[in-house]
Amino acid sequence: MTELTCDVLVIGGGLAGTWAAVAAAREGVRVILVDKGYCGTSGVTATAGPGHWWVPPTPGAREAAIDKRLGTAYGLADARWMSRIIDTTWTSLPTLSGYYDFPQDERGITQYRGLRGPEYLRGMRRLALDNGVTILDHHPALELLRDDQGTVAGARGWRRQAGGDWQVRAGAVVLASGGCAFLSRLLGSHTNTGDGYLMAAEAGAELSGMEFSSYYCIAAAGSSMTRSMVYSFGEYFDAADRPLNIATGPTFTESLAKALLNGPVYCRLNRVPAQIRAQLPSIQPNLMLPFDRRGIDPYRDRFPVTLHPEGTIRGVGGLRVIDDDCQTTVPGVFAAGDAASRELIAGATSGGGAQNSAWALSSGQWAGRGAARLARKKPLHRGALQGFGGAGLTPGCSSPLIRRIQSEVHPLDKNLFRSGTQLERSLRELDNVWDHVREAPRAADANPLRTREIAAMAATARWCYSAAVQRNESRGMHQRSDAPQQNPSFDAHLRVYGVDQVQSRFDPLSLQGQTP
Amino acid sequence: MIELIYHDLCSGCGKCVEVCPTNVLALNAQARPLIADQGACQTCFMCELYCVSDALYVDPDCEQPRHPDPVAVREAGLLGQYRRDSGWDEWADDPRHRNEHWRMDGVFALARGVPLVGKG
Repeated sequence: MTELTCDVLVIGGGLAGTWAAVAAAREGVRVILVDKGYCGTSGVTATAGPGHWWVPPTPGAREAAIDKRLGTAYGLADARWMSRIIDTTWTSLPTLSGYYDFPQDERGITQYRGLRGPEYLRGMRRLALDNGVTILDHHPALELLRDDQGTVAGARGWRRQAGGDWQVRAGAVVLASGGCAFLSRLLGSHTNTGDGYLMAAEAGAELSGMEFSSYYCIAAAGSSMTRSMVYSFGEYFDAADRPLNIATGPTFTESLAKALLNGPVYCRLNRVPAQIRAQLPSIQPNLMLPFDRRGIDPYRDRFPVTLHPEGTIRGVGGLRVIDDDCQTTVPGVFAAGDAASRELIAGATSGGGAQNSAWALSSGQWAGRGAARLARKKPLHRGALQGFGGAGLTPGCSSPLIRRIQSEVHPLDKNLFRSGTQLERSLRELDNVWDHVREAPRAADANPLRTREIAAMAATARWCYSAAVQRNESRGMHQRSDAPQQNPSFDAHLRVYGVDQVQSRFDPLSLQGQTP
Repeated sequence: MIELIYHDLCSGCGKCVEVCPTNVLALNAQARPLIADQGACQTCFMCELYCVSDALYVDPDCEQPRHPDPVAVREAGLLGQYRRDSGWDEWADDPRHRNEHWRMDGVFALARGVPLVGKG
């Protein structure tokens, strides 16, 4: 057992986690960041190209941007929180100069809004190290720890490359463990299995907006390359080569999903202008890898496409934050990025890349700073620590359970196109899965992470569908065929909590953004 | 998923083992990387990006192993493609591989049929 002590422990080293660690370290406290994989390649930002919500402080511009987003939030977002992330993003990104080589466009104007993921996270790692953050790669966290008063006082986990366990005693914990796509083929998402949700919920945390977890992204079939930009130029065909009417725009995913439920869908990118084709490798260097390596000319050949589920990653749901520092309902536990609910800024619709990256950057810094300030005031607990007796902490042979979870949350006809009866059926099956997770027999499995990830995915799936059952209407991405209209009696935030017994509660909108 | 490690190209630096986010690779007793858990590969290509020797090949099929022919892959010039196009390491000053990620906005606008103003 490796035992370490710090003021702020950050769990997760993606976009939100690195910003959290940097912000905490800038407060002058000792910070440890643990990552399940490698801080720099882990998480969904490292493999992508995040644009940020980038609105200059010119008169009226931000108000207009916020009004536009409020229109697609279906009543559940908060203009003040939107304003906060726009401002924090605007002031933060330029400070990365020296860690990210911001290019200039033809007019010589430095481009801050969109960054390449690998370079961004490589830079964030270096920035964290330069600020004195201790980074522990391949140190997955397994559970939070509490002191004899029941207060969260750190976490413990597994050193999956070095061997053995770790325990970190900390004054405050930031969960930046990402969302959960249930091990779909979404690019870069396999480190994001909902671990942070489960750890926090075991300590009593609430989640919010979990019903908004039905986002899907297009990719060439059999590939993980969920980079959608070029598909705006796509022409789509069925197996008999008949053109399909799948238009770019807000109904794109729904149209494609309906076509996919009828059979294979093929795409051709012949409408991509020649100039763009030549530039693509410099714009998105990974985009063409699947085509080049499969010998497909996507501008000429038709190739099959699919939709990969994103769960709560580009969905909305996550841990409920209750103050401006992104503290959860558990004192001393903060949430950032996809681990936190984005309802405050996105409402019932995915914030897409731009809002979501701005949220990760901003919530990360607020959580890191808030955690640091709290930890500084708090004498470090020196007594014995214990866990919360969570599920899946005893390694068991439960890999088939992954398929059972996925077969409820991945299919388009269960998750994208929802109905009350199907959601109830899925929930019963997920409850059965949960019972198996709870009863997992002890097995000589050398990997304590796998069982815990399964528990986290099972718990997350139950929260998503419990919320989807409770919200008996259609709103934003949550569309139910048995309740196809938005209903004003559901103008409310839906909180879910509890691990063995999932419970839920609607909070009136007036409580949003409230500080305790 | 990760399919090939070219041991004649590999320097044994261990970087791929370090950076793989899903812990697919491990060093053997001779300190050479091996594919220890292919099923855990998420086909993110990060190992290739960080391999300065271009000694790794990730097949784009994320669902099943394809057992590509190592000679054919090499002769097709597919090794190091991602790192080169990203302008990393020795490609950093090559004007052909500048970071033009910022053009994404213009591409999206073009797709929407919006006339481009001041964007390439």
